[in-house]
Amino acid sequence: MSEDYKEPESVWTSNRFWSRSAGWVTGFSAVLLILLTMDTLDQITIGSAKDLENKVTKRVPSASVINYKVTYEYSDVRGHEVPVIGEKELFFGRSDYSEAEANALLDKGKLTSQAKNCMNCHTLLGNGAYYAPDLTKAWLDPAWQAGGVMQGMTGTTSVDEAMSVFLQNPDKYASHARRMPNLGITPEEAKGLVAFLKQMSSIDTNGFPRNFNKIQGSTQK
Amino acid sequence: MSIATPKYLSQSLAMKYFFVAVVLFGAQLVMGLIAAYQFIDPEFLFNVFNFSTARMVHINALVVWMLYAMIGSAYWMLPEETGIETVGIKLGTLGFYVLTLAVTVVVLVYILVQVGPGTEASIWLINEGREYLEAPRWADIGITVVVLIFVYNVFATVMKGKRTGITTVLMADLIALAGLYLAGMFYTSNITMDQFWWWWVIHLWVEATWEVFVGVLIAYGLIKVMHANRQIVEMWLWIEVTMLFGSGILGMGHHYFWIGTPEYWWEIGALFSALEPVPLVGMLVHVIYDMGKHNGKVNNGPAFNWFIVNAFGNFLGAGVWGFMHTLPQINIYTHGSQFTAGHGHLAFYGAYATILIGMMYVAIQRRNGIEEMRSTSTSKWAVSLITIGVLGMTVALTLSGYVQAFVERAEYGATWDGYFIAQGATWFTQGIDWRLAMGVVTFIGFLLLVKDLLTIAKRSKALANS
Ligand code: HEM
Ligand code: HEM
Ligand SMILES: [Fe+2]
Repeated sequence: MSEDYKEPESVWTSNRFWSRSAGWVTGFSAVLLILLTMDTLDQITIGSAKDLENKVTKRVPSASVINYKVTYEYSDVRGHEVPVIGEKELFFGRSDYSEAEANALLDKGKLTSQAKNCMNCHTLLGNGAYYAPDLTKAWLDPAWQAGGVMQGMTGTTSVDEAMSVFLQNPDKYASHARRMPNLGITPEEAKGLVAFLKQMSSIDTNGFPRNFNKIQGSTQK
Repeated sequence: MSIATPKYLSQSLAMKYFFVAVVLFGAQLVMGLIAAYQFIDPEFLFNVFNFSTARMVHINALVVWMLYAMIGSAYWMLPEETGIETVGIKLGTLGFYVLTLAVTVVVLVYILVQVGPGTEASIWLINEGREYLEAPRWADIGITVVVLIFVYNVFATVMKGKRTGITTVLMADLIALAGLYLAGMFYTSNITMDQFWWWWVIHLWVEATWEVFVGVLIAYGLIKVMHANRQIVEMWLWIEVTMLFGSGILGMGHHYFWIGTPEYWWEIGALFSALEPVPLVGMLVHVIYDMGKHNGKVNNGPAFNWFIVNAFGNFLGAGVWGFMHTLPQINIYTHGSQFTAGHGHLAFYGAYATILIGMMYVAIQRRNGIEEMRSTSTSKWAVSLITIGVLGMTVALTLSGYVQAFVERAEYGATWDGYFIAQGATWFTQGIDWRLAMGVVTFIGFLLLVKDLLTIAKRSKALANS
């Protein structure tokens, strides 16, 4: 079927007009996206140990945040919760991890999270699968704190230890009928994963999840 | 005017791509059924073939079969649009075999090896552990090479043959689509950075470049199936490109609300993504309008039915279900819930599965020189059951998603406990049960679809001869 192109009377039905519009609109959107991306990349680049020492707030804090206490508190200015980095806190018995050591732990944890396919059951930052709880603020979840179900079950007395023991044998420490499978996570990988989870909890997610832990639903004591 | 076309090698290659696409579609559904059943009986294949593995293969097979069918559709259209055999078709055919071998190895490794130790080697050899982009790095590189061959085929052919509006859009779109894949091919320990670029691939594929690809297929399909006027169809195509890219590119902001990215994405994401349904309404109107203009006279019944389901499904799944959770005020409560899964199902099905199946019918008809191919009762059952099935799954998941939003998020503040309390709520589990039931309906529809694709040409020919 071939029709010869006839230039129509109105610009609104002209293919040339619309093909040019497509080019301009696409180009304009792409340029704007690239400009915004440059700004965003700047803001989401991981912070440094120095930033933490000097109390410089970063959207994505350095891995060295494992040396500090992290909380999630309501900010009047922002109108929602934000992570707050406080005093030093022990992480597997130490709070003096050098930046290089902390980075190595984070790297191990992130790699393990990919190799073990965590995201195809859990969500991280709300992205992933919906078969298991969101891990964004797992480090801060009441289930893992003193008095929560996980420390009791694993026979540990701190969040880091509880998570590490759990991750190495998750099918043995089931809190619900839907158990986490045994993924062959080693002690070293578990430590990395816990560092990864702690660092993730310190990321400024603009208040997601909202009202986190506001209503203490910990009915299963 | 005869519908028979010369036997182009490009179109033989298209048929090969379509064949593998259907096989992978079947694999996708089987894995979905396993995963859906594990929601109900979590001990099923526990520690043997875990939910994560089933789900990984489910969504990876989805992405790959759609890419196969898209590549197949392009190889199909190319000679008809340009009037010549595809340039470098031998290389293109070789690419097909290489790609299919790679996909087979990747799937076998997913199924047999499943997970690896936390090292770079696992990401290179087993799986990358990033939703939809799980393919290990070696395969990423292989895929890129084969896609480059494909892009070369398209460009060289269009340059040599006749150039139409359809092929111009196709070329530009393919470059963007292939280039975006590169944004997903690096490792970083910064999860925010990781997710930022991950969405460049996922969002800019499904809400920009793939949608434009659909625009191209609709344009081609309307011309072939209804003899619609090319000049008008191509004008629509350019308008669609304008609106799709104009809203979809910056609409990406709706994924940057909560991953650590700055707050200005709230406004940008809300504004542009709220405009995204507009072109989808446009595409719906366009198809209905052309149908009215040609009094519904079509030469390919099943393809036409699939195109209609596409027009509505794209509008509903992407447009309506997407809009429902795209404003940050709502998304903060639905983000990462079964609501998202409901939207994902209807959108991928409505926007892509439908039109690609329609293209397979177009190819079968023209390959066999059938002047008029009517729907068989199997064709009708297939399209009805699959559509009812996916729509049913979507509604079920949407209701489960609401329970999550209210109970897990609003009532219990998104804690670990809150999560499990919501997962156990009666209205949540009912949704999960219905999803499985509707998944079975979908699967029965799929079996009928396979039967129909394999037999409709013979039946139509027999009908024409009698
Ligand atoms: C055919 C086009 C589309 C497809 C195939 C599609 C598919 C998907 C999928 C699969 C996800 C989940 C991603 C994940 O696993 O994390 C998603 C998320 C999302 N989509 Fe779409 N989508 C389409 C169009 C749209 C449109 C047009 C809108 C808005 C008007 C939209 C709004 C959203 C939003 C807001 C999310 C994030 C959900 C969340 O926060 O969990 N989508 N989409
Ligand atoms: C037999 C039919 C099907 C069943 C039983 C099924 C089941 C499932 C299950 C259990 C999940 C995991 C959800 C979760 O993480 O909680 C899933 C995810 C997904 N499925 Fe299906 N599925 C089926 C068909 C389809 C079809 C036809 C499509 C698209 C054409 C599709 C696209 C998807 C997508 C995009 C996701 C990821 C959603 C997200 O992350 O938001 N599925 N499916
Ligand atoms: Fe999106």
